[in-house]
Amino acid sequence: MSVLVVLEQDEARWHPASMEALAAGQQLGRELGQPVTAAVAGHRIAALAADAATRKLDRVYVFDAEPLAVYTPDGYAAAIEGLIRSTEPRFVVFPHTYQVRDFAPKLATRFNQVLVSDVVGFKLLDGKPLFVRQLFQGKLLAEVRVNGPGPVFVSVQAGAFRATEAETGAAEVVPFPVEMDAGAIRTRPEPPFRESEGAVDLSAAERIVAAGRGVREQDDLELIEELAGALGAEVAASRPVCDNGWLPMERQVGSSGQTVAPKLYVAVGISGAIQHLVGMKGSRTIVAINKDPDAPIFEVADYGIAGDLYDVAPALIEELRKQ
Amino acid sequence: MKIIVTIKQVANRDAALQIDASGVWIDEEDLDFEVNEPDAYALEAALRLRERAGGEVVALCVGPERCSKAIKEALAKGADRAIHVELDHPERLDTLATARLLAAAAGPEKADLILTGLQSEDLGAGQTGVVLAELLGLPHSTIIMEIEPAGAGVRVRRELEGGRFQHIEMPLPALLTIQSGISKLRYATLMGIKKARSKPRRRVVAEELGVDLTPVAAIERLYPPEKTKQTQMLDGTPAEAAAQLVEKLKFEARVI
Repeated sequence: MSVLVVLEQDEARWHPASMEALAAGQQLGRELGQPVTAAVAGHRIAALAADAATRKLDRVYVFDAEPLAVYTPDGYAAAIEGLIRSTEPRFVVFPHTYQVRDFAPKLATRFNQVLVSDVVGFKLLDGKPLFVRQLFQGKLLAEVRVNGPGPVFVSVQAGAFRATEAETGAAEVVPFPVEMDAGAIRTRPEPPFRESEGAVDLSAAERIVAAGRGVREQDDLELIEELAGALGAEVAASRPVCDNGWLPMERQVGSSGQTVAPKLYVAVGISGAIQHLVGMKGSRTIVAINKDPDAPIFEVADYGIAGDLYDVAPALIEELRKQ
Repeated sequence: MKIIVTIKQVANRDAALQIDASGVWIDEEDLDFEVNEPDAYALEAALRLRERAGGEVVALCVGPERCSKAIKEALAKGADRAIHVELDHPERLDTLATARLLAAAAGPEKADLILTGLQSEDLGAGQTGVVLAELLGLPHSTIIMEIEPAGAGVRVRRELEGGRFQHIEMPLPALLTIQSGISKLRYATLMGIKKARSKPRRRVVAEELGVDLTPVAAIERLYPPEKTKQTQMLDGTPAEAAAQLVEKLKFEARVI
């Protein structure tokens, strides 16, 4: 019985969510009285393995092999499947990244299990964990129980656990063999690229006014720009606005866009889907303007106005101009 | 090219949700249901591929009677035929059981490509497509923004984190999960709606597919989130609320 944390790296650097997953795994291990191990896959990652060995872990399993130099779902699922079959952990914890979403469900299926994805916390009931995750775009929370012998596969949401709470210690590094047929990897990935080098660095903005689905037409963004102007803020948006082509992708805040933490974040007509919240919930002061008083954005807001943005934004612009 | 698109019907995203008597699901009585938005984009991607490369688009849906509306919509937009795996309470299945049903229905079709939305708007697990690929032994990729035929396979553009992308080549048959918002969704035309009436729809009763539907994971409790932050709701007319907000931002939060 143990907890295995699968850490993610990119070009021999930790994905920031890796240490959050480690903190989650350590907490689970502590509360259940189970030893915690970690695994990392890649190629030429000896330095990362050495860094992982400075955490409070029983062992760090390292898959260092040429076929794993570039991530593929076939390669990573095969490597970690082998480790799980030989070490039989009770829990396997991942950070909820795009990469994990791509291969962890495949891995879980090989054990007739599901991935309990995007978990925001857990609690013990009769010595067994219930995992908490968001449903309906964050409007409701669910406690999920996994039955049967496991292993139980869980991915944790960015920001749900604190990387700073990951405990340090000394672990043994154990190289794990990777045996793979030439034909085992069926997809051929090309190197990552960006469409345009971000002209706007939203992460440096002190104030941000962000528009969402509540904005009905592209021309109405003028109202958002005016409000931003009155506040001395940058304009940003949630995904649907950028998808419509109304604002460039580089102005998108959320899991697929930028992560920001300004002094002031004003969300206008944004309901607050999880994918958006993870990109802005670290802001110091959050204002939400939305006509649906039950919108999840109000869960993270300091100040809320439940009203139509077409009434509230002009009133706010006028009030700011009076000052 | 033969393409299967899986479609889920979900509660309208703006609906006010109430927990039902079971305490583990929502009261569906007065809710409007619609096509899961990412699945609508998967259908759009399939229709565009067919327009370029020819072939057939098959809509595949697991769910109760109400899903016939979603199937009708897919056919009206241009899907050639549909398979409806009838099942009451699809929410009681976990993703593995749902994917097993989809695999049982999709497998014999021997499609070249299976497209799914990247996640559902209700459960948001984001894994049914990947599990389906594994059950059918297909290569897959997720969060796909573009699909280009390339030789005997496809070359796709996958979204990565932090505004990055990558191209991936893979052989067919394959499964792709499609990102929302990658193209403009078409509306059903009057002609499309008319044609849809005569398009083949096959109904299969889920229990007859001989699939193990016992869930591994189950919801034990469903509840509204507790506020982690003390949100001050500012009331009154828009002008009154705006005046209070400016006051608070200036003297309480001190951010303007």
